Amino acid sequence: MNGKTILAIAGFIATIAALAFVPFVVGPYGVTLMIGMLGYVVLATAWALFSGPTRYVSLATVAFFGVGAYTVAVFSESIPYPLLLLVAAGIGLGVALVVGIATLRLAGVYFVIFTFGLAELIRQLVTWYEVNVTGTLGRYIFLPITPEGIYWQLLALAAITFAIAWWIGRSRIGLALRVIGDDEVVAVHCGINITGVKLALFGLSCTIITLVGAIQAPRWTYVEPSIAFNPTISFLTLIMALLGGAHRLTGPLLGAVPLFLMFEWLSANFPNHYSIFLGLIFIAIVFVLPRGVLAFIEERWTLWRRNEPVSGRTADE
Amino acid sequence: MSELLTITGLTKRFGGLTAVNAVSFSIVRGEVIGLLGPNGSGKTTVLNMISGHLSPTGGTIALGEETISGLAPNRIALKGVARTFQLVRGLPSLTVRENVVASLAFGRRKLWGEEADREALRRLEEVGLAGRAEHSAQDLTYIDQKRMELARALAADPELLLLDEWLAGLNPTELRTGIDLILSLKERGITILLVEHVMDAIRAVCNRCVVMNAGRKIADAPTAQALADPHVVTAYLGDAHA
Repeated sequence: MNGKTILAIAGFIATIAALAFVPFVVGPYGVTLMIGMLGYVVLATAWALFSGPTRYVSLATVAFFGVGAYTVAVFSESIPYPLLLLVAAGIGLGVALVVGIATLRLAGVYFVIFTFGLAELIRQLVTWYEVNVTGTLGRYIFLPITPEGIYWQLLALAAITFAIAWWIGRSRIGLALRVIGDDEVVAVHCGINITGVKLALFGLSCTIITLVGAIQAPRWTYVEPSIAFNPTISFLTLIMALLGGAHRLTGPLLGAVPLFLMFEWLSANFPNHYSIFLGLIFIAIVFVLPRGVLAFIEERWTLWRRNEPVSGRTADE
Repeated sequence: MSELLTITGLTKRFGGLTAVNAVSFSIVRGEVIGLLGPNGSGKTTVLNMISGHLSPTGGTIALGEETISGLAPNRIALKGVARTFQLVRGLPSLTVRENVVASLAFGRRKLWGEEADREALRRLEEVGLAGRAEHSAQDLTYIDQKRMELARALAADPELLLLDEWLAGLNPTELRTGIDLILSLKERGITILLVEHVMDAIRAVCNRCVVMNAGRKIADAPTAQALADPHVVTAYLGDAHA
């Protein structure tokens, strides 16, 4: 481990520690804002964990987020809380593995459409079950968890997610994912068990996403399928990761923070025209920054350095 | 003499088209075999079935004593078969070094970290690419991409190396370099099956040639003899020249 790595780890721990004190400094609105923001930071980072290197664009984020939230809603009275999170994670992982086995052979746009369809399917199934079996559409969640408690749980989940993403980026499995993203035929001829690698990472990514939903659920008090399975969550996660750059560890973070704050401001000030702005921003990001902000800045930086008047450099060119 | 690869009655049908029709041949350890034939005769399909990219409709492929036909390509790779592709397949978002590490990390040797980096550089040196190790793979010229692909295949330490028109599209100087490279692999005792159209190269490197036409094997003989075979001449040039 070199000096730079140690410094990065120290900086990371210090940041997490500092963030843990935020609830003591900001008011209740601040905590609410931070919960939303951290939620999207984790969602976007977890999404990019799988979709970044493999380029399998998933719109199933809300399927797993919703499964997490609904698990908490359904079992909040029968299972003690910390265990409830484990159960949610288990269900999320189970669904991810079943879905993964069925779909990870699909490539490109077919995978995108399938994942979008999956989110809708789960929402319809839950709605059908609630209406026909339970006899009511919504559910109440009464759990004695403070907003600060939710914030700290999300912070811990964010720390774990970043640690995992960092480790994967340096590990053999990280390289395997990048090889798969570039060319699956080459990957499999290099000896990579591509189905296994994809399934493992999809499962991991979806489990984290499920946990975000489960941890945030007590905030709502009341859930119904249209809230827990709102497709906007999938699109926001995707666009945040793309804005920052899905191929880098901190890319999704850098996309999630500004976009979340902007959407908060827009939805507060233009509640009726919010989705128009949302759409315009999506289009703008895809057109202007298709490879993400970080890649854009890096390119500019390289260009700028190249254009600097460098004496003596022309001699060896 | 021990057979490294034994192909028996190998057949591949795509719907109504029989691309490979009951082809049988074998390769002895250390041999360099040319797989020839006009375009569309089924050569690449045979290669694809050996590497596992396609699974055969009928027949068997054995590596040593072990049947490998129908296994997934990653399983076949781990048994010691490596290949290059007819249309070069580099991994564009990786560096040249990482392209080779990919095969070291997941192949039979499972190297990782500094050890893998060192070995990758050594492999790149063999093909004359060490100076470009940290370049992005997509910035390489065509010949260098081919070199990189070969380094990646060699890094797997294959028992059997499949080269699919590895020499195609090279200029005369590059061709000389390429032929020398294959000859040096031959000296090291690597068994090679190559699909090739460049006759000079075939004469220079192949012990023996298997010739296909319209999915069938029409000749299987030492190189000079195979190339002079009337059936082969007819397949390539038409009846008038036979």
